[in-house]
Amino acid sequence: MADKLLQVRGLNAWYGESHILQGVDLDVAEGEVVTLLGRNGAGKTTTLKSIMGLVGRRAGSVQFRGGETIALRSDLIARAGIALCPEERGIFASLSVFENLMLPPVVAPGGLDVPTLYELFPNLKERSRSQGTRLSGGEQQMLAIARILRTGARLLLLDEPTEGLAPVIVQQIGRTIRAIKQRGFTVLLVEQNFHFAATVADRHYVMEHGTIVDMIRNADLANAMDKLHDYLGV
Amino acid sequence: MVTIFGKPLLLLYGQLTLGLVNGAFYALLSLGLAVIFGLLNVINFAHGALFMLGAFVAWGLLTYLGIGYWAALIVAPCVVGLFGVALERVLIKRLRGLDHLYGLLLTFGCALVIEGLMRNEFGSSGVAYDIPHALKGPLNLGFMVLPLYRAWVVIAATGMCLATWLLIEKTRLGATLRAATENAPLVQAFGVDVPRLVTLTYGAGVALAAFAGVLAAPMNSVNPNMGSNLIVVVFATVVIGGMGSILGSIVTGFGLGIIEGLTKVYYPEGSAAVVYVVMVIVLLLRPAGLFGRAA
Repeated sequence: MADKLLQVRGLNAWYGESHILQGVDLDVAEGEVVTLLGRNGAGKTTTLKSIMGLVGRRAGSVQFRGGETIALRSDLIARAGIALCPEERGIFASLSVFENLMLPPVVAPGGLDVPTLYELFPNLKERSRSQGTRLSGGEQQMLAIARILRTGARLLLLDEPTEGLAPVIVQQIGRTIRAIKQRGFTVLLVEQNFHFAATVADRHYVMEHGTIVDMIRNADLANAMDKLHDYLGV
Repeated sequence: MVTIFGKPLLLLYGQLTLGLVNGAFYALLSLGLAVIFGLLNVINFAHGALFMLGAFVAWGLLTYLGIGYWAALIVAPCVVGLFGVALERVLIKRLRGLDHLYGLLLTFGCALVIEGLMRNEFGSSGVAYDIPHALKGPLNLGFMVLPLYRAWVVIAATGMCLATWLLIEKTRLGATLRAATENAPLVQAFGVDVPRLVTLTYGAGVALAAFAGVLAAPMNSVNPNMGSNLIVVVFATVVIGGMGSILGSIVTGFGLGIIEGLTKVYYPEGSAAVVYVVMVIVLLLRPAGLFGRAA
């Protein structure tokens, strides 16, 4: 794989006494969309949080653009060019939609400007003065994605962006992910819904019990369906 | 003589303005406490001592360096604010993630040490600080005569409260501060240096207390106990307004001052207790405070 943007080796993470990640290895190349699939509790969200430096204790190696980030504080990891869109979306109730959008500092040139973001997400423009948490679930998800597109971060960690949303919104988020891939962003995506994942991703990692157990190219997905059903228990 | 409910109007005006002046101090001090509590989750019991330090720094600037009142209004809060920054970096920072109680005990201890040192140096009666020349004398409003300095205190405190409110509600920095108050780890994961923001916020809250201290310096004597006398009511203000609420602190501060003033006119025996009666009623009806969000 050329142009490795993110290389994770032997990543371990703990919440208090519980050992959640037990040696995660994965790679993401520049410009790729890669998903993490797996059942609830397999460690997908923890993997994203560990890459971002948001777990209490982690060990192993997380290299971004060849630089080791395992010992860095989360703000320095963000400054290196990684951005997280968390599962709970993390929209701030005491900030307006516009303030939410402008909150993350720009870390590098190359982010989308506000007019472009409003073009991608017209609802946000209409409601820019509303309180952030007054938006619908779908709009909050758009806002959570939009605000990290502004920062110039090249690697976007999206944690279940389609969770609990209506099919029409899920389609819009799918279009958004394809659009940002076209613009050269790299995405590591956690998904429960592999039908959705198949429409956006280049490759899929499968997680079980805190490790990666398989990697499936999107082109091979049709042949791997039985295996995948076993993994995901669906 | 004009009376309202059997009390002379002039007495009423007098106590109302005194209430506004007290309310101005409650508002300024509880505002700093609210900002600090919101972001640091620390109940800053050293706030009264830092208010007192503000007054002493103003006195020291004048006595030793010949720096007058107007410059002291800016310099003293900076000096005490820097002291606060050091306090946060050296001590308070180490308690992050622990229960409220530890921060409360630490800052309470700091207050005792600071007040003890000042009492040792200056005695309990303290020192005198003159009203600046431009603010001496009475202000005739037609319906009443008001000491000019009291009017100035109310105006300056209101202006400072308004400026702080605008900074927090209307600026980019304020938005970051509000977001960090809600979810600091996520704000840090966006690339904001939250530990630095925390330190600066503590310094700014402390500087507000010192600003109030400079305003208070010419009113009575500058003495080591001036903070601890005030701080209990200020904590009641914070609780009534709602822990961490900016607007709540300002409105409640002025409101309590006025209620206290009115009580002095109509039921003087109750004036020392009225704040706590209000606090009991508010906590019974709205446990999160008047402007607080329920957790």
